[in-house]
Amino acid sequence: MNDKAGINRGRRTLVLAGACAGGVAAAASAVPLVASMLPSDRALALGAPVEADISQLAPGEKMTVEWRGEPVWILRRTSQMLEDIKKDDDKVADPQSKRKQDELTPVYARNEFRSIKPEYLVVVGICTHLGCTPVDKLQAGNEPFSADWNGGFYCPCHGSLYDLAGRVYKNKPAPDNLRVPPYIFLADNKILIGEDKKGA
Amino acid sequence: MAAAEKQPVTITGAGPFNGVMSGLLTWIDQRFPLMENWRSHLAEYYAPKNFNFWYYFGSLALFVLVIQIVTGIFLTMNYKPDAAQAFASVEYIMREVPWGWWIRYMHSTGASFFFICVYLHMFRGLLYGSYRKPRELLWIFGMLIFLCLMAEAFFGYLLPWGQMSYWGAQVIVNLFGAIPVIGPDLAIWIRGDYVVSDATLNRFFAFHVIAVPLVLLALVVAHILALHEVGSNNPDGVEIENAKDPRTGRPLDGIPFHPYYTVKDSFGVAVFLIVFSIVVFFMPEGGGYFLEQNNFIPADPLKTPPHIAPVWYFTPYYSILRATTDKFVYWALAPAVVALAALIAWSAKTSAVRAAVGVAAAVLLLGFFTLDAKVWGVVLMGVSVMIFFFMPWLDRSPVKSIRYKGPITKVAIALFVVAFVVLGYLGTQAVTAASTLTAQIGAGVYFLFFFLMPWYSRLDKCKPEPERVTGK
Repeated sequence: MNDKAGINRGRRTLVLAGACAGGVAAAASAVPLVASMLPSDRALALGAPVEADISQLAPGEKMTVEWRGEPVWILRRTSQMLEDIKKDDDKVADPQSKRKQDELTPVYARNEFRSIKPEYLVVVGICTHLGCTPVDKLQAGNEPFSADWNGGFYCPCHGSLYDLAGRVYKNKPAPDNLRVPPYIFLADNKILIGEDKKGA
Repeated sequence: MAAAEKQPVTITGAGPFNGVMSGLLTWIDQRFPLMENWRSHLAEYYAPKNFNFWYYFGSLALFVLVIQIVTGIFLTMNYKPDAAQAFASVEYIMREVPWGWWIRYMHSTGASFFFICVYLHMFRGLLYGSYRKPRELLWIFGMLIFLCLMAEAFFGYLLPWGQMSYWGAQVIVNLFGAIPVIGPDLAIWIRGDYVVSDATLNRFFAFHVIAVPLVLLALVVAHILALHEVGSNNPDGVEIENAKDPRTGRPLDGIPFHPYYTVKDSFGVAVFLIVFSIVVFFMPEGGGYFLEQNNFIPADPLKTPPHIAPVWYFTPYYSILRATTDKFVYWALAPAVVALAALIAWSAKTSAVRAAVGVAAAVLLLGFFTLDAKVWGVVLMGVSVMIFFFMPWLDRSPVKSIRYKGPITKVAIALFVVAFVVLGYLGTQAVTAASTLTAQIGAGVYFLFFFLMPWYSRLDKCKPEPERVTGK
């Protein structure tokens, strides 16, 4: 190769090194740009726990509070509803809430009713499929999506079903039960959502 | 050729300003390749003489792109990308900005018509084999344009900050959340928050008005350059390059794009504008398909509307997503993968291919039984769009055009169209047990059309192609 004879090797090495350094610098400049799209300090700070007053909640009624921009449902279940939940055990995919426990179900909610007190269900009302808010179908009866319906929630987006304990039905697009947020009873009629240790 | 050596431009024909114009063009041409580009892309770009109705939609798509860019610029003059003000600013445009309603309806109707044109343009490619060698890159650029267009439509749909905007974005961003391991963090990164919020709206605005349009325009240029490099296909799928005039070297069956097809396309634009105007002025909501009713309600992060559906152009893929349940994965997807792997292994020529197919099938099967149906729904939805990229290599037919293809391909394309339309319709409707089953069958047909193509396109009894285009 005669062409190579005239090449100044030292200069070529410098050009290559310069190009590599420039390339690394250009790639590194993506870091601040990509990082700027993460949640800002302000968005992070808005994750504080919220208090819910449940003294006005009648049996069979549901209320919604906002925590971290997400809807948290508090459903006061009647004894009939609790009976119906037991009937759903073989219809739901994960009756004992064994899946992804660290993420979805705190220790105190790892039971059939998925709650601290059976009477009160506290769950994040966001479908575990793709994040829609399921609709209340609290009454048992004959529904177009299920002939033998024991009451629960219906996700309008992709048809996932949850029972009155937020447990997902089998063979539905949603893979998991509704998420139970960390919560604690501050008093009989006060729930703190987002925190499960007193005074923490 | 050095600029100074270029020939002076002369304008033929009688006209009072010809002398001045010739002088001006010569001055420009010595500094910029104006006439060279004019000739190579318009006046002396030879397109087949037998273009038919289907060939309108490429230029119409370009026309809609211009409408979208122009109306989009004027919308940004009054729109506020702020969660607290966005919905009201759109209402302000609609009610108080002079002609604001017209600008916005042009833009919203343009979005749907963009997809109508692009789908028909793609279907044309499917009919006449316009993706076949040597047009693979042309097709790939086109598919990238289609992906950009989907991104553009998705980002833009959040901006009015209505209920459908909000929940549509929530669902689509959560699709990324389904990716194992990195998914949840990725979804937070895309949103810039734990839920779709002001941060999300603001960045989607940036993507919609500047980032994606820049890429889109670059791709359109690449698409046209690639087209002019390989030449246009035609309804016969026979290359006009094969029959050239020995004296001039020009294709015998080609005609200059300008004036022949500029005139034809102008006629297309005129007809298009009639239809487009009827929608803009008399039915801008397009029966709830172009602008959905729920989007006239401001976004409420605490309440999903009772029925949500994407805009019509996304519904076929959305149906496939919804159809993917546990049962579908076990009873349809798993056997299909086994059958396809067996088919590929049987027709493979080397044992290396057989081994690779076996490993791939085993990995997929393992995935079916370990990852949940949600992940596979997202995968299938992605595959249903990305599979188009592989068309140039899936089609093994000896002929390009549907005119000379055999009965199997004709039936396959017909079934595919039916499946696409049925899936599209079901995607706009609420879920029932019957509709889920129908969507699952539709999804099956959709995928079989592509995955079996290498075999049926080769088996099919094709008619002989003519030597030259027929001019029909």
